[in-house]
Amino acid sequence: MLVSYEWLKEYVDLNGISPEDIAEEMNRTGIEVEVIYTRDAGVTGVTVGYVQEVTPHPEADRLQVCTVDVGKDQPLQIVCGATNIAAGQRVPVAEVGAKLPGDFKIKKAKLRGVDSFGMICSAKELGLPDKVLMKEQMDGILVLSEDAPIGTDIHSYMGMDDQVIELQLTPNRSDCLSMMGVAVEVAAIFDRELRLPQLDTPIDAELAETFRIEVESEADCPIYAAQTITDLRVGASPQWMQNRLISAGIRPINNIVDVTNYVMIETGQPLHAFDLGNLSGEAICIRRAEENEVVTTLDGEIRTCTRDTLMITDGEKPIALAGIMGGKNAEVTTNTQSILLESAYFDPTLTRVASRQTGLRTDASSRFEKGVDPDKIIAAIHRARQLLEQIAGGSASSQVVVKGSLERNEFTVDLRHSQLIKVLGMDVKEEQVMDIFRRLRLETEQMTDHYAVKIPSRRPDIKIEVDLIEEVARLYGYDQIPTSLLWGKQTPGGLTRNQHTRRIIRRSLRALGLNEVITYSLTSEGASSAIASLHENEKSIAIAMPMSNEHAYLRTSLLPHLIKTASYNVKHGNHRVRIFELGKTYITTEEQLTKLPDERFEVAGLVTGPITPSIWQKQQPQNDFFEMKGIIEAMLSRLGLAEPTFREESPIGFHPGRTAGIYIENQKIGLIGQLHPKLAQNMDLEETVVFQLDLETFLNDEMDDLIYAPIGKFPAVTRDLALVVDEAIPVGSVKEKIKEAGGALLEEITLFDVYVGEQVGEGKKSVAFSFVYRSKERTLTDEEVQAAHDAIVQSLEVTFDAKLR
Amino acid sequence: MLEKLHTLQAEAETAILETNDITALRDLKVKYLGKKGELTSILRGMGGLPAEERPQMGKVANEVRGVIESLLIDRETALEEAELEERLQLEKLDVTLPGISQEIGTAHPLNSMIEKIEDIFIGMGFGVAEGPEVETDQYNFEALNLPKEHPARDMQDSFYINPEMLLRTHTSSVQIRTLEAKKGEAPVRIICPGKVYRRDDDDATHSHQFTQIEGLVVDQNVSMSELNGVLFAFAQKMFGAGIEMRLRPSFFPFTEPSVEVDIYHPEKGWIEILGAGMVHPDVLARVGYDPEVYTGFAFGVGVERIAILKYDIDDIRQLYTNDLRFLDQFKSV
Repeated sequence: MLVSYEWLKEYVDLNGISPEDIAEEMNRTGIEVEVIYTRDAGVTGVTVGYVQEVTPHPEADRLQVCTVDVGKDQPLQIVCGATNIAAGQRVPVAEVGAKLPGDFKIKKAKLRGVDSFGMICSAKELGLPDKVLMKEQMDGILVLSEDAPIGTDIHSYMGMDDQVIELQLTPNRSDCLSMMGVAVEVAAIFDRELRLPQLDTPIDAELAETFRIEVESEADCPIYAAQTITDLRVGASPQWMQNRLISAGIRPINNIVDVTNYVMIETGQPLHAFDLGNLSGEAICIRRAEENEVVTTLDGEIRTCTRDTLMITDGEKPIALAGIMGGKNAEVTTNTQSILLESAYFDPTLTRVASRQTGLRTDASSRFEKGVDPDKIIAAIHRARQLLEQIAGGSASSQVVVKGSLERNEFTVDLRHSQLIKVLGMDVKEEQVMDIFRRLRLETEQMTDHYAVKIPSRRPDIKIEVDLIEEVARLYGYDQIPTSLLWGKQTPGGLTRNQHTRRIIRRSLRALGLNEVITYSLTSEGASSAIASLHENEKSIAIAMPMSNEHAYLRTSLLPHLIKTASYNVKHGNHRVRIFELGKTYITTEEQLTKLPDERFEVAGLVTGPITPSIWQKQQPQNDFFEMKGIIEAMLSRLGLAEPTFREESPIGFHPGRTAGIYIENQKIGLIGQLHPKLAQNMDLEETVVFQLDLETFLNDEMDDLIYAPIGKFPAVTRDLALVVDEAIPVGSVKEKIKEAGGALLEEITLFDVYVGEQVGEGKKSVAFSFVYRSKERTLTDEEVQAAHDAIVQSLEVTFDAKLR
Repeated sequence: MLEKLHTLQAEAETAILETNDITALRDLKVKYLGKKGELTSILRGMGGLPAEERPQMGKVANEVRGVIESLLIDRETALEEAELEERLQLEKLDVTLPGISQEIGTAHPLNSMIEKIEDIFIGMGFGVAEGPEVETDQYNFEALNLPKEHPARDMQDSFYINPEMLLRTHTSSVQIRTLEAKKGEAPVRIICPGKVYRRDDDDATHSHQFTQIEGLVVDQNVSMSELNGVLFAFAQKMFGAGIEMRLRPSFFPFTEPSVEVDIYHPEKGWIEILGAGMVHPDVLARVGYDPEVYTGFAFGVGVERIAILKYDIDDIRQLYTNDLRFLDQFKSV
């Protein structure tokens, strides 16, 4: 809502109150003021001039030399290039020394040999926004009204000295979608006198009801009022009305349309004027549109309707989308002599739905969809008729025909003083409460323990006690509310174990050198098919109306965006990328969701480029599978889980020989592997290793149950073992076997060498382990250790055909 | 014999002090004091002495042994120290060469901000609740006084999956889930951090995905002064003890009265940091809390907003682009 300060001043005594004061206090009492601006856009020194004579420029076909009277002793000679200039016009003249928007100074100039003492301005040059200009005003100079007083400063003539306060209204305050509503609010805030225009001035003459109104459904349109007005002379509205409309951000069109808009801004009640000459004249019908029924609206667009669109017809043809926009076929034009004025209440929800379906949001629809004030429906018609009589010479030719009625939803809400104190947590005196209600113009009766407040129809947002508490609080001042901390029964608060563990995982990965990222949950369709997720048979969940293909599906894996992030960084010169993300995936097996998807916390990581940023001592190692495996093992060890095992797997998007499933006690918890070289290449990445873990497979909310184990008191015995096995045998399997065969005495196994080469023969490899044997009860004898060691050797010989080296 | 001993002592002393080599020193020890050494060989002549002279001679011999031993030890210590000194000189490093890089990763500024906020409220007795990001229309809107076609739904245009499910537009849905789960129990003091989604084109100030932290307190006799107090404590912890904060009336369908909370920024003036309000009685009643007995307040903090304000970030998209040159700057937060 754009509020003209000049207009507001007419309704409220603003003596000593600046627009800035209004903004400050409205902000403090609940209506946000976005900005205050002066309409002049930096224009100075522009006056109304009269074009006495226009002669062709002697040297230039496109220029003309004008003699312009600006109310001074001598007329000015001005060279002008506009094609629409003509003698007898009144135009805005920027004299030498004037300033136009953009700090553009007007100087005396010589144009192709002819002196020019100023500039005749277009609307744009005066800083008027396109929004308030008619098509013919977009080009050429701005032609002013014939009665524009010569020599007047353009500021005062066009109301450019007016200041506009832009309100950012919350949906509950539809009462401030009108100048009268804003006036009531401002008068309450500053406790000033209110001087609203007298609206209810019906005509004395007894006129006939010359047409009938038919309403298909009272629910859609509980009240519809209309009146015909004839003998109108269509022309431009007086400058004061145009100025106010421009301040309100509305384009002046002609006096009839302007009056309907003016009354809408004034009262909040949208009106519409139909050219009576184009109507059948017998009836006005309000009905639902047929499916796919079409109507051409005022803007020339053909609108296809649904059963959710409310239509106005003249009994024969559609003439308007109710509450949204009129039809082209009944538009007021320069030839219009008589009109039918409409004022109604259209169902807010219906208006909203239709407005959304047709994609048309107008000043009218935005008011109807919040519910207009039933009190003003008839009054607005009277007001418009009155103005039309004044400025367009028309007179009523019918009674105001009314179909339906709208119960004035005036009712009483009780406010208990004790409840007020309880909710606000501070004491407010009864007389202060009464004073606030007086300022808000809410008729209030003070009872022994409560106030009975009559709610006027202009404030449909006040429905229950707590709404009144807010009214009192906002005018009393939110800055008066004291501060106190929570009292009453104490709560321990804190993180759950699961939440805590997620912090630990993130902390550990950071400690291991990975940087944390956050990427979008929405991803593109192809993203999930390029690389395997951790889930089976999952269906990507699609957004019904995505804003872009890029963000159309919920992710089922964190990897696609992580890979994209790496690719972005490499392209921007960050060649060493070590990142991870802990976030949710959204998993379902349903084609069409009937229940909420399974949201699973996962963590994924990626490394590419050199392991360390720079090493001057030795060659830089590149990130590889084992670097990442080490990171995962270290992180998991921090969580107190059983030792993970890694099993060869070759899911899509991964290097088939360098990828493993990660398991804890036979439960798969994740994947680690090198990106498939093709995928990496597509993303401009060198060798890249990633992992993803499904935290839901191992996180829980149970308390940790760690019990300390005493440190072994007896000495350990260390033995090494080197053996040759087939190259294809995974070291992990060998290690498993060793563990199994070694028994309770085997405390530690460390792999210290893997060798493939001539010395061990084709297709073979040598692996060397170091074992630590120890007993918790006694010092081991050589014989005991030897027995355990032999058991291992024997088991490996049998299982893997291993040979001792 | 006495003379021999003294000569030996003098000779040994000269030899020891002249030696500059540990090995040579050890040889000297053998030469003078070893089993076949010179001192022993002199002492072998003790048998030829008269019995009354022997103790005296023995004493002198032990003295000579003592002197030589201590000379040897002193000399050995001195030589070892000299040798160490020499080695240390050789081991000298250029200490200005860079250390072997041991890097610690950076927390994402949004996550560190979430943790910071969580910890502030945990300190005031709040628990941390969580809820789904894919929500039903019921929890995201209807239960919060936002029936279908409510004009306020415009304020948060949403990503629907089907007519009944959408990506949550705010964390307020967790208020309802929490209260339902508590089944009328009080007090309730929770915060809920999480991702939310709205149909906004991504630009410098908008993001279709962002982060909120919801807060909810329900108990008997909770008033706006507790709301004010708790949020002021939060603002002080977040922005410093000297921060100025004000409440401004606003509108949210699920709170009444509703407030917006501003803090004063020395250059930018009053800046909105969060929305809050007293839980609407209809919302309480709907989840089984009698609004005549219980009152409560709720608030929603925009984590990006706080981060942008605190770190003076000029483009919200930076937070989701994850350029390492950006992230790296937040190592210390």
